[in-house]
Formats: sequence, structure tokens, C-alpha cells
Amino acid sequence: MSDLILTPNFDNADDFYATLLAAHEGLEKADSDALNARLVLVLANHIGDGTVLSDAIRAAALSND
Amino acid sequence: MNKIFETPLYGYERSPDQDSPTPVRHKVIVIGAGPVGLAAAIDLTQQGVEVVVLDENDKVSFGSRAICFSQRTLEIADRLGCGRHLVDKGVLWDRGKVFFDDRQVYDFNLQPDEGYANPAFINLQQYHFENYFVERVRELQAEGAPIEIRGRNRVEAIGTHEDHVRLEVETPEGPYTIEAEWLIACDGATSPTRRMLGIDFEGRVFEDNFLIADVIMDADFPSERWFWFDPPFNRGQSALLHKQPDNVWRIDLQLGWDIDKEREKRPENVIPRLTAMLGDDVDFQLEWVSIYTFQCRRMESFRKGRVLFAGDSAHQVSPFGARGANSGLQDTDNLCWKLKLVLDGKAPESLLDSYNAERVYGADENIQKSSRSTDFITPKSEMSRVLRDAVLDLSEKYEFARPLVNSGRLSQPCTYDGSSLNSADALNGPACTRPGSACPDAPLGDEFLLPKLAGKFTLLTIDADAPDTLEEDGIEVTRLALSVKDDLTLALKRRYLGDATSAVYLIRPDQHVAARRDSFEENSFRHAIRRACGKE
Repeated sequence: MSDLILTPNFDNADDFYATLLAAHEGLEKADSDALNARLVLVLANHIGDGTVLSDAIRAAALSND
Repeated sequence: MNKIFETPLYGYERSPDQDSPTPVRHKVIVIGAGPVGLAAAIDLTQQGVEVVVLDENDKVSFGSRAICFSQRTLEIADRLGCGRHLVDKGVLWDRGKVFFDDRQVYDFNLQPDEGYANPAFINLQQYHFENYFVERVRELQAEGAPIEIRGRNRVEAIGTHEDHVRLEVETPEGPYTIEAEWLIACDGATSPTRRMLGIDFEGRVFEDNFLIADVIMDADFPSERWFWFDPPFNRGQSALLHKQPDNVWRIDLQLGWDIDKEREKRPENVIPRLTAMLGDDVDFQLEWVSIYTFQCRRMESFRKGRVLFAGDSAHQVSPFGARGANSGLQDTDNLCWKLKLVLDGKAPESLLDSYNAERVYGADENIQKSSRSTDFITPKSEMSRVLRDAVLDLSEKYEFARPLVNSGRLSQPCTYDGSSLNSADALNGPACTRPGSACPDAPLGDEFLLPKLAGKFTLLTIDADAPDTLEEDGIEVTRLALSVKDDLTLALKRRYLGDATSAVYLIRPDQHVAARRDSFEENSFRHAIRRACGKE
């Protein structure tokens, strides 16, 4: 079991970001929202660990606790 | 119209109690002759406790209502002498399909594991269930057991006292008064008992309407649970199709919140909806139509002095997951042996507080699970719908997303983790039989394990020594000695030993595990017996 990583961990941050933007290219808002939702679920399953996932949700909410 | 709805099953008859100059006091009175009230009455009667059941009506429930009965309910019904009838009449199923939009996204099997006497689920109309339970009452009466069902006896007022309750009962021939040492209120979601005692029933209301239709048709759909999210025939909503006996099919269509209920119930509005779902070429007849909304809530406490609440009177859930009647039977299963020990003076009255604690725990689990199902089935915000649809889209292609699809988490027996009746786990054994668990069944040659554990405290030994009987402060415990040498299917080993080579289980009369360890150690088991009876 490992902690949520909040320091840089990408092989290549710019490549990832470009790939993400490219996936949304030309999509309507609804289709983009659906893609993001599916992506969250795919990534969440890959992580699996409930504590890491809860920490990730808290981190994404930009809450201060 | 089906005749079974119209025939009085327990018509009004004058009781000698009505002519008694002073109120007659009974051991236990049960209010309500639904599945839960009948189960309570049969259970107590089988233990030799005198019971009177009062019901304001005299017939089985109108319409199919509860239709999905779980393996645990069938196991309890076996102990009550009705299980076989239910399984013989019911439609067996363990498979289901999930549809999204116009396509099937996946199918599932509820019980991949074998080695249980009873199926994972059966579908059976509530009126058949009640009918078999009333037949069982008649059978017990024929044997001379002290059990009575009084039809058209409506309780109008309840007086609670230190050591009894007093009831004012209205009948077609006027009122009378009776008393009981203990009262079990099984009078449903709108429980008049709860209202008369002025007890709150708070919870979450789900703002949605569902149309239930029972249709009679000759159709070649398989005996599976089919669930649709956002199908073309009911856009933006859900739908369910499930088979019952006698060619009756349950159809459940979500309608949304802002509808005219009376209008939607009319056949001229129901039939086009069903035709759109079933196809133009299917002939069907409507047997019963109802529109329901639901709440998820429970009473703060299921015990108020000498009044005990069981079933929907104590807790209500959404119908997704078949957690209504099934949890009600777990209530009475939990309650009746405790009440018997208290009546016999073999356990302190406080043992009944563990009924409250354990079944509140069960109710909270049911409320949580059924609320989550409802949140998935009827998303409450735009983003929850986006996420829900994402899960369904992914589930078609990837197995990982299927556990997220929630069309109802079907009722499983509750494990009373943390109950004050449990002793600390002292076996490196499987999680499914940890203290608090309902014992899973296992084949024993041509027979099964659970019938051997029914209605008494049992010391189950697997390749371990122990005395054949043990008595601790009036509680008798009988040993059941088994060995993995006879366990051809290895189900016993898988479910009760795991990595251990021997085990001793103390099992309560409701077939829940109270304690376990790898060998018999007299002192610790004596403590465990006392603990399981609320004496420590």
C-alpha cells in the first residue's frame, strides 16, 4: 500500500497533457464530460487502493484539511 | 382477478377472550399477519411459546408486492417448516442481465459457488408466501400448538406497562381488551402501533415514482432478472422485468417525480407503456398495478419496553435489492430465540436490547445499500448521471466497471460485526464464518449442514474433540461432530476451516456464529455461551 503521490511523477508531463487535450479535440461538451468521467473510472480502477482514492478525491477538491 | 385475493384465509371468529370479565393475558401477541408477523408467530410456537396474531384484515396481501426471497429467507423458512413449499412453487433464478439504452451491457450469475440446499433467490408472489405460512399455522394448530390468528381484529389503542401491554381491539362484534407479556409489532411501513406509541420514523425520502405492473403472459423470456437503464421504451428512466410463478411477470417502470399518479395507473395509460416494452406481438393481461414512492428510514430503537418492532414497521428501504421482507425475516429470526430465553427466565431482559443493536446494524446496512442503488438508478445531478452513464458504457467493454453497476445489491444475510454477543475471533479461519456471521450451508453427504443447527445452541466441531453436551447456567449446548474426511465437496473446509486444520464453533439458535477457535477450551466456551445470552 502506498501513499498518494503529489510530487511530479509523470514520465513526460507535456506529452500526457497533449494526449489528453487531443482526446477532447472537437468533442461537444457532453461528450467531453463523458470522456473525462470514463477516464476517471479507468484510472481509479488502476489505482484500486481505497485510501489512495479517497486522498486523491480530497486533493482534487483542493480542500485544506 | 385471482381468487386468492378474495378468499378469507382467517375469517373473523368470536374468541372467548371477548366474553371474559377481565382481560385475558397472553404470552406474546403479534400484530400483523404478513410474512414477518407469521414468521414470528410460527417461530415462537415451534419453541413452545403461546402466541396470538391479530390482523385487521382476513386475507392475503393484495397484489404480488414482495416477490424476491433470498437464500437466507429460505433457510429460515426451512426451520419454520415452510421452506420446501416456497422453493417448489417459486421461480428459481440466479442470472441477470443489464441493459443500457438499446443494448445489453453484461450478464451475471449470483451464485457461482455450489453446495447450498437452497437457491440464491426465488421469485414468489407475497400472497403465495403468506398462504404457505398460514397453512403452516394450521398444521401447528392441528398438532395442538397454542397459536391463533384472529382476522378482522384491529388494535385501536395500546397501553404500555412495566411487565405487560394492554390492547383495545375492535372487531365486527365490537371492542374487547386483551393483554400480553410481550408485543411484536409487524404491522408494516405505516405501522399503527408506532403511531399509537407516538414514535418518530425519520429518514430520507426519494422523490421518484415507480409503476409496478404484474402481467399474465405466455412469453419465452428466461427466468432472469432483466434491468434496463435509460431504455428506448422508457427514456431517461429505468425498467425491470422479472418472472413469477403462474406466468405472472413483474414489470417495474420508473416514472419520475412530477406525474399524475391516478392518471398513470389507468389501464389505458399503463398498457401502451407495457406494449412499448414487451413488443406489439406479446399478449398480456394486467393482474395488478400500483404506483409507489419510497423512503429509506428506520426507527431509532426497535424496542420500546415490552413492545418489539420487526419488519417494515421498524425500517423501510427502497425495493432495489430485495431487502424488505428478507430483512424482516432476519429480524424475527434474531428476535424469537432471545424472547424465548427471556420468557423462560434463562436470560436477562437486556438480551432483547441486543435484538435492537443487531437489527439496527442490519437495517443501517440495508438502508445504505439500497440508498446507493437508488442513487445509481436515479442520478440526482447532471454529473452523477454523466458518471453513471460512464460506468455503464465502460461495463460493456471492460469487466472492471461491472462491480460499479448498481441495479440493486441483492440481499445477503447480515453479519453482526461488533455485536456484544460475539466473542473475539480465535480461529485463523475464513471471513465468511467470523463471529456474527450467519452460518453458510454445506453439503453433508446426502444432507445439508443448516438443518442440523436449527433452533438450539450448537457446538460444531470439525476434527476437534469436545463434550457431547454442555450446560452453562440453564443453556444447553449440543455438539455436532464433523470431519473434513467426510467433506467430499470441500465446502465445509472452504467455509469453516480455511487454513486451519480443526475448529470449534459456538452457533446460536438463529444459526449465527457466536464464537470460534481451533480447539475446545471449556472455560472460554462457557464464557462465550454466557456472552451470547447477554450475561457478560
